[in-house]
Amino acid sequence: MSLSTKHLLGIKDLTKEDIQTILQTAEQFKEVLQRPIKKVPSLRDVTIVNLFYENSTRTRISFELAEKRLSADTINFSASGSSVSKGETLLDTVNNILSMKVDMVVMRHSASGAPHFLAKHIPAAIINAGDGVNEHPTQALLDALSIKERLGQLEGVKVAIIGDIMHSRVAQSNIYLLKKMGAEVIVCGPPTLIPKYIREAFGVKVEYNLRKALEWCDVANVLRIQLERQNQVLFSSLREYSLAYGINRRLLDSLNKTITIMHPGPINRGVELDSDVADSKQSLVLQQVENGVAVRMAVLYLLSNRQN
Amino acid sequence: MQKCKFEARPRNAVRKTGKTVYELDFEFKRFYRYFYKNFQVKTILNEQQLAITIKRLSHQVLENNTDPDDLVLIGLQPRGVFFSDRIMEEISNMLPGRSIHYGKLDITFYRDDIRNELHVPNQTDLAFSLENKRVILIDDVLHTGRTIRAALDALLAFGRPAKVELCILIDRRFSRQLPIQPDFTGKAIDSIITQKVKVFWKERDQKEEVAILD
Repeated sequence: MSLSTKHLLGIKDLTKEDIQTILQTAEQFKEVLQRPIKKVPSLRDVTIVNLFYENSTRTRISFELAEKRLSADTINFSASGSSVSKGETLLDTVNNILSMKVDMVVMRHSASGAPHFLAKHIPAAIINAGDGVNEHPTQALLDALSIKERLGQLEGVKVAIIGDIMHSRVAQSNIYLLKKMGAEVIVCGPPTLIPKYIREAFGVKVEYNLRKALEWCDVANVLRIQLERQNQVLFSSLREYSLAYGINRRLLDSLNKTITIMHPGPINRGVELDSDVADSKQSLVLQQVENGVAVRMAVLYLLSNRQN
Repeated sequence: MQKCKFEARPRNAVRKTGKTVYELDFEFKRFYRYFYKNFQVKTILNEQQLAITIKRLSHQVLENNTDPDDLVLIGLQPRGVFFSDRIMEEISNMLPGRSIHYGKLDITFYRDDIRNELHVPNQTDLAFSLENKRVILIDDVLHTGRTIRAALDALLAFGRPAKVELCILIDRRFSRQLPIQPDFTGKAIDSIITQKVKVFWKERDQKEEVAILD
């Protein structure tokens, strides 16, 4: 039993069976995390490097914790304070690290496709922890696990992805995964933040009116406005965005049903999500973080098969 | 027990062909299937004998553990839980009105052959601490002892038990690879490595018996 791929570069490369295997394994790891001793010896002989070329709190801590709970040896690398500032290339850096006998690489990079490039050139298993505006596969998997826990299944669930679709790798991974698992997806946001051909490319519905999207969906996955990736003015001000696309208590109470709110973090409180919504029972934000460790343990465990 | 018809063959074949026992095992089975269209199945325990054995083991477990408050029964996933369900049922019948701690343990993450093959994990269901409890580990077949080694490791994540004992339905003696022996044995049998011992349960296999597959 193992996955159909050697690396986890994106949800795009996974089959439906792979996703089911990962979620099923993650559920068992969730049980492990409830034990008095939250550690299993499965990856005792594996060394993993966490290669972070971009800032991260949740993903990085979550991966590190997952590795430690599996008894793997870990090395942390961040681009700031390393020889990257002296001009060393990505491939050189990784090859140097690998020559110290490292088995797996967890990487985040601001350039889309960086892990795919590495996968072509190095023998270690690579896990994508977010590459530019392309994919963030473990986030999509933990979102799926959270939805499955709350609603019991993924098939037929109606999910609205709201916000900065254009610059969001979380949105892309989520759309791939939800479509593969038979869920219905609608994307919602200002026209300038939704790619023009997304309907044709992914088979998702597009809705520019937040209220209509919320009335249709069971789950709303709210995304952060990624100002650091926007190099032109796409909407007039955060305040205006918040008025048109911010989710607040009054809006949710005026709907005739209770929907589940998700957010991949970090939250800009008062912009895309109000505090009283983010901290309410409707919100899955902290469960998502909890599931993150279990999902990452499952991915590391399933990709650690050392025969290939 | 009827003598195994092909018992001497694997060892001679290993010497002659230089193949491993596992490779030969595969070839022999293909050969058998070709000629007999099936495995040779020999019954060790039939349904009636199996029921009596389970009853006897349940009595033995209680005989050695008189205080049921300290007793914890743990079935090993995946196939040991069918057996432990029966033991639990018998013991509950013997002690009406008393609740007995009963859990299921999956050892996938503690296996020592994880380098060669990954296994799908099953559910672990142990909703209590094992601190100072008397634990009975329950599994259907004891062969190399490696599963029990992993189970002992896994148990420690739930606390420090006062005592751990092993209850086994079929003990394939002389095939151990680790110094592990059962405390309660349903039936001890002699078998060679190419044979398989399988316990069939009604819930899963529609029949109830213990058989050797050649």
